Amino acid sequence: MSQNVIAVIVLIAMLVISTPLLGSYMAKVFTNKKAPGDRFFKPFERLVYRITGVNPEGEQRWTTYAISVLAFSLVSVLVLYGMQRLQAHLLFNPDHMANVPAPLSFNTAASFLTNTNWQNYAGEDTMSQFTQMAGLAVQNFVSAAAGIAVAVALIRGLTRNRSNTLGNFWVDLTRIVTRVLIPIAAIAAIILIAQGAVQNLHATHMITTVSGQSQGIPGGPVASQEVIKQLGTNGGGYFNANAGHPFESPTGLTNMLLNWLLLCIPFAMAWTFGKMAKDRKQGYAVLGAMGGLFLIGALLVMPLEAHGNIHITQAHVSQAITATSPGGNMEGKEIRNGPILSALFNSSSTSTSTGSINSANDSYTALGGGVILFNMMLGEISPGGTGSGLYGMLIMAMLAVFIAGLMVGRTPEYLGKKIQAAEMKLVVLYLLMVPFVILLFTAISVVMHSSLASIYNPGPHGLTEVTYAFTSASNNNGSAFAGLSGNTDWYNTTLGICMLVGRFALMVPVLAIAGSLGRKQKAPPTSGTLPTGTPLFALLLAGIAVIVVGLTYFPVLALGPIVESLVGKF
Amino acid sequence: MSPSSTLEVSEAAQQGGPSDGTKKRSATFNAAIVRRALVDSVIKLSPRHMASNPVMFVVELGSVLTTFYLIRDFGSSSSSENVFALGVVIWLWFTVLFANFAEAVAEGRGKAQADTLRKTRAETVAYVQRGDDVVEVASSQLQLGDLCVVVAGQLIPGDGDIVDGIATVDESAITGESAPVIRESGGDRSSVTGGTRVLSDRIVVRITSRPGETFLDRMIALVEGASRQKTPNEIALDILLAGLTIIFMFTVVSLQPFSIYSGAPQSIIVLVALLVCLIPTTIGALLSAIGIAGMDRLVQRNVLAMSGRAVEAAGDVSTLLLDKTGTITFGNRRADVFVPMPNVEQHELAAAAMLSSLADETPEGRSIVELAETHYGQVAAEVPAADLVPFTAQTRMSGLDIEGRSIRKGAADSVRRWVESQGGTSPVELAPIVEAISKGGGTPLVVADGTRVLGVIHLKDVVKPGIAEKFVEMRKMGIRTVMITGDNPLTAAAIAAEAGVDDFLAEATPEDKMALIKKEQSGGHLVAMTGDGTNDAPALAQADVGVAMNSGTQAAKEAGNMVDLDSNPTKLIDIVEIGKQLLITRGSLTTFSITNDIAKFFAIIPAMFVGVFPALHTINIMHLSSPHSAILSAVIFNALIIVALIPLALRGVKFRAAGAASVLRRNLLIYGLGGFIIPFVGIKLIDMIITALGVK
Repeated sequence: MSQNVIAVIVLIAMLVISTPLLGSYMAKVFTNKKAPGDRFFKPFERLVYRITGVNPEGEQRWTTYAISVLAFSLVSVLVLYGMQRLQAHLLFNPDHMANVPAPLSFNTAASFLTNTNWQNYAGEDTMSQFTQMAGLAVQNFVSAAAGIAVAVALIRGLTRNRSNTLGNFWVDLTRIVTRVLIPIAAIAAIILIAQGAVQNLHATHMITTVSGQSQGIPGGPVASQEVIKQLGTNGGGYFNANAGHPFESPTGLTNMLLNWLLLCIPFAMAWTFGKMAKDRKQGYAVLGAMGGLFLIGALLVMPLEAHGNIHITQAHVSQAITATSPGGNMEGKEIRNGPILSALFNSSSTSTSTGSINSANDSYTALGGGVILFNMMLGEISPGGTGSGLYGMLIMAMLAVFIAGLMVGRTPEYLGKKIQAAEMKLVVLYLLMVPFVILLFTAISVVMHSSLASIYNPGPHGLTEVTYAFTSASNNNGSAFAGLSGNTDWYNTTLGICMLVGRFALMVPVLAIAGSLGRKQKAPPTSGTLPTGTPLFALLLAGIAVIVVGLTYFPVLALGPIVESLVGKF
Repeated sequence: MSPSSTLEVSEAAQQGGPSDGTKKRSATFNAAIVRRALVDSVIKLSPRHMASNPVMFVVELGSVLTTFYLIRDFGSSSSSENVFALGVVIWLWFTVLFANFAEAVAEGRGKAQADTLRKTRAETVAYVQRGDDVVEVASSQLQLGDLCVVVAGQLIPGDGDIVDGIATVDESAITGESAPVIRESGGDRSSVTGGTRVLSDRIVVRITSRPGETFLDRMIALVEGASRQKTPNEIALDILLAGLTIIFMFTVVSLQPFSIYSGAPQSIIVLVALLVCLIPTTIGALLSAIGIAGMDRLVQRNVLAMSGRAVEAAGDVSTLLLDKTGTITFGNRRADVFVPMPNVEQHELAAAAMLSSLADETPEGRSIVELAETHYGQVAAEVPAADLVPFTAQTRMSGLDIEGRSIRKGAADSVRRWVESQGGTSPVELAPIVEAISKGGGTPLVVADGTRVLGVIHLKDVVKPGIAEKFVEMRKMGIRTVMITGDNPLTAAAIAAEAGVDDFLAEATPEDKMALIKKEQSGGHLVAMTGDGTNDAPALAQADVGVAMNSGTQAAKEAGNMVDLDSNPTKLIDIVEIGKQLLITRGSLTTFSITNDIAKFFAIIPAMFVGVFPALHTINIMHLSSPHSAILSAVIFNALIIVALIPLALRGVKFRAAGAASVLRRNLLIYGLGGFIIPFVGIKLIDMIITALGVK
């Protein structure tokens, strides 16, 4: 137990240290002022700009920025699709993986493009090493960077005064990848390899086990892909077992490192926001709301799992801590992680739109699984994905400002920018899209005869499974509750739509808001201005997020996890 | 200086105006308004009217839908089902009616006032000058530029400027103020309003607005709400409320498949009940009433806002430009202290000062008498035969010759020269005293008796009592006050310090004022100002909130976005508070409406599914007696809370001058936490009552 407490404290301490350091560093990277490492990075960046024909000084309006994001995404999805369809004829395919079928290629391409990493395949028997390295891992980098770029554009909109432009997407993308993602990923990969994670280009070794069985030991560039999958809050594992697989995360230390990696950028983004707003308190408030919601989620799941499943106890199965068992609800969890660190990992990964797992969500206690589901329902803002977490939270902040701003007798403003009808339209659009697709497709799936067949567990647990799948895809999380056979035409199509909506139907309104706010005159703060850099505002922000989301999904949560935990029918 | 008589009359109007005006208007509810509103709330059920309010439109559609299902299934349902369904249907209709009632009551007060104003607008005969003739023309046939002759006892036929003459005018028809005002050609008091009555003398008015577009017409349209358009913030809030309504429609519509999956399909009546409870009906029902009531609060203080936008902008104002004269100080200088020369007794100076001013009817003169009486124990007595020496621009002195004495008071140079011409000398102490008073922003008046200089009267601008406290409040609200004056910087600084304004603009020309407004605006500030003269018009138009004085010129009234009928510039501060209060009321009721939903969920969701999942009784934390009573209680609560909050919507949330942080804390506690707790209590109580009445 005490080991767990130490692990949790160490993780929090690492975040407390990394958030200001990384946050300040990123702020310098995004403001194009003198940033550390210019001597090293500048020549490389200049080369990239020259090859791609980008004018690094050319600023873009929000429309151009949005078109750049969309165009980049379109090219990405086509390349990734083509690579899977042709992988049998390409390099680095020692296991002779066949070409990936068209529907699955499309699903996977859309999934990695949108930073979701929902996987309707098992990596070890579907993807060639080339597809993993040059296709999926590359998307892990650039989809994370695109999310960050959009968040940065929103910050610029909020902080610039009467400006038509939001920066340059191509410059932002380049700088984020080269100056933020690659350096951290490289260092973390080396640590992972040192701890025993696999990193080679070998084919699968066939061996004979002690019991005389034959077993395939896969090789591949695992560690390099593992780190960016976490760092970029992507979540798509090299192997089907994801971070529960010993080749991905061999030790308790790597488990904690991976856990930190997926949290470090989303939290640091809040700090970056405060820095770029030239008002640290604004960053603290966003950070406080993110951190508070994150902790509530984690602190609910950990004891729920550690305490075990009450219905199993009623069936006279011991869940006590023994010399050989860490106790608690151990179904679907790794012994080396135990229930608490498993719960922490999965709670972190669903709070951050990562979706990587080190234990099976389907086997969590009803309420534990419910909290993990709720983490995603919040809209991935606690702290959310790389970039997407911050822009989601800032949209929430605009909603909170709108309601609370009126309460102090001013037309609402955030960072001195008035939130008016044009912005509210876009905020409402942002808030509507995700519940719409989740509830629509879940509702159809639970009454349509053909889709009902995919549910392994009827009753409340089945409802949770379907809701989870659509919630995960729509919020670009990508984790699966399992217990649902998702590789059908219905689920492949609808989940694909959800992923695209959850990414682009949110990014475009965010950029439109950024454009609209950027053009506005900044009103200087007075004592009559709603203070948005205070603990009270952080509380209000978290409260509004929980209430708005809670009210939307309360019925389905009541009929799924809540009933299940009360009834014990699963 | 303007003729003193004009000043006095308008000053009386300023002092009497606001309080009388408020008293005259009716209380929040009165029988006639309520009766009219009850009828209106039914008329307003017309879908065309409802469509402008998305939230309540959904409720109305839900009411129609449930009514249909009630009638269709009436024969085939059990009696308890029917009682429940009937209960839901009735209360859903009530929800819509209550919302309409709130709006109708808010409009009612304006309508009553509009009726009174309409009577004033009755057809009159205008006597129009055509060359040398005067022809009779119906007031509705007047043309722009017509010159009308109006004599005592006649109604002024239309809005216009006086081009000739001076008259006392009774403007009580529009201002509610019975004291007559003086209007004269030229200058800043030349405008007259159609429908007001000339009490004395004869004036010639040049008509400046077409019949049907007069100030009175606009005023009627405004108070009646006929030309009411949604304000920008109201539109933004409407979008949010519509968005929440759509989200909850997703929630409720998708709930039916989930219910079918869970083996407990729900009736349409229950689903509509849930939807209506979830969507923000409280604020949706009261939103337009809040806006109308906000405008009405301004009207009650005799301020006409030409648009709701201006009222909202008033809440956002962060810089107030205030004219010194009339706003911060009384228009006139007043005697503050008597400074005697050496070897002159205080009372001797006071007596002489009083004597010299007994016949002086200017405000300064009266203030000298008043000071002598109140602070120097002098008693004013009848002056026996005395020769008054009036003030002239040449002598710059006034006084009187009495019983062989010659007493004079006036500008220092003039009096000194006069004393010297009499053979006296002025004491060396005089010059420093005079200089000190001048430097401090005051005006020194030297008093002499024959060859002796007795001392100096210190005249100064007197800051209105209570104004400094107002500025402290303004500062708390984050509003910067800037005093505008034509005085020299020295005088201005002294008064600014005394009144406690944040900044001042001395020797201000209209151009300076305009430049200041633009500078503030380019820094992101919203600026409010008052003005009355034609040369104020550009600045009034440029300011975000420009309040024109009703006594001012037509040009000023056209340029501003508000008109103060009492012509009291201090009211700018009230306007800011009303603007803030309007926004606070909206925000507070929105918060209340949203936090209400939590309790309603806990009432309705267990009730819907406790049949198929008995364990859900655990989250029936209010222990409502049955599924039917639980759902019906939530619906009834949802309807009654609208009625309960109508007075608050009309009156506005209590406003206290304080910083935003403390206002937010307070309102979050009352309306956020209150909105969370109250429905738990309310729904439980209603459940107990309707269970006792036999709803199962």
